[in-house]
Amino acid sequence: MIAASARPKLASKAKLRLDPKTQKQVLLYPEKGLELNATGAAIVGLCTGEHSFEEIVLRLRQQFSQGDASALEAHVSAFLTTLAERGLIEGLTP
Amino acid sequence: MSAQAPDRIYTLIAELTYRCPLRCPYCSNPLDFQERRDELDTADWLRVLDEASALGALQVNFTGGEPLLRDDLEALVRRASELDLYTSLITSGVPLERDRLLALKSSGLNAVQLSLQDPRKAACNRISGMDAYEHKLQVARWVKELGFPLTLNVVLHRENIDQVAEAVALAETLGADRLELANTQYLGWALVNRNALLPTQAQLESAREIARAAKARLKGRIEILFVLPDYYSDRPKACMGGWAQRYLLVTPQGEALPCHLAASLPNLHFDNVKARSLAEIWQYSAAFQAFRGEAWMPEPCKSCERREQDFGGCRCQAFALTGDASLTDPTCSLSPNHNLVKAARLRATADTSALVELRYRGGRSVSR
Repeated sequence: MIAASARPKLASKAKLRLDPKTQKQVLLYPEKGLELNATGAAIVGLCTGEHSFEEIVLRLRQQFSQGDASALEAHVSAFLTTLAERGLIEGLTP
Repeated sequence: MSAQAPDRIYTLIAELTYRCPLRCPYCSNPLDFQERRDELDTADWLRVLDEASALGALQVNFTGGEPLLRDDLEALVRRASELDLYTSLITSGVPLERDRLLALKSSGLNAVQLSLQDPRKAACNRISGMDAYEHKLQVARWVKELGFPLTLNVVLHRENIDQVAEAVALAETLGADRLELANTQYLGWALVNRNALLPTQAQLESAREIARAAKARLKGRIEILFVLPDYYSDRPKACMGGWAQRYLLVTPQGEALPCHLAASLPNLHFDNVKARSLAEIWQYSAAFQAFRGEAWMPEPCKSCERREQDFGGCRCQAFALTGDASLTDPTCSLSPNHNLVKAARLRATADTSALVELRYRGGRSVSR
């Protein structure tokens, strides 16, 4: 699990934008792109380096109010860890 | 009956010029590049960028030749950035100075891919044909200093494939974000030089193992890509993700192609962006339609369960090796022409100590 005080930030190589053809957010990086679903886009959108992991989870809970809190936290943590393994998110260790 | 065109492209490959200070003997430019001169002007390229974005492109790769030899590169990057495209510069680094890189940064460039012919200075200079090594390393440092993601691209062949560990070490030292260890594709110049460039199976396996270990060790720090050589695979590559499915390439003269070497195929007419819009070309060009989908496929592809994964392989390779672009890619072990690839492998194993002539791009032969 990512530490509560970590401040995840989109890596400089990644660019988040809307794909007008699908109306979905895409995360672009050299030679590749990932299409994000609504939750994924909301998570990545909060990775500005300003918000702590704890705040990010709190905000998402307000936005997507269903489900239990610890499951959401685990989901966000796993998602960000996967992106970090691709070098797309930094700052997972406080 | 041909397949319908996908409703969009993902990536525009903008080959801005065939001019280049290097002479690499595996260059992906066409063999007759010196006869292709009249380059598109700035206004044409700006329009191509607009049309590519309207057609759904999310990324643009500015490549060549050496794209820095165009003095309108900053203007093109700026337009691409205004269109919110992810812009990558694919460069030899040779004509690049820090000021220009800074100008490209403020024009909105997102990423830089730098070629490095060999992690060893002498070998790098020999293959590229000029004393470029130190400057390339300097460019790599500027790229990182100015906050760009850096991809190092090393084309692998018999002379440098034993240097994969050294290439990884150099990528770590330079702080590269990505290392592409790309085995040579034996087309165009590389096919002319295949006997000198094709590694042995033993070399390949050892290199692949080193790359695999480095990939695991550097996960999350450096993305390591080891692009397998199809000459040593049982199945062909899914060339360009399928003919005219995701990529659209525009040559310096304005021809729209589905891949770098498609213009080498006979009996196909490729439209020019000066005459038709990208959207029209993508949807209606006969050449784009020629190998789209599965209707063109011969056996063994037609009934193969992998046909939706590799799309019959590379059309340019089928043509280069058999003279018929519509046959199964001979690198597939199911191809009736697979013996051509096996013979090339055997020759590579037998010939490693022999003196082999390299034919350098655009110039003279040199014995090594």
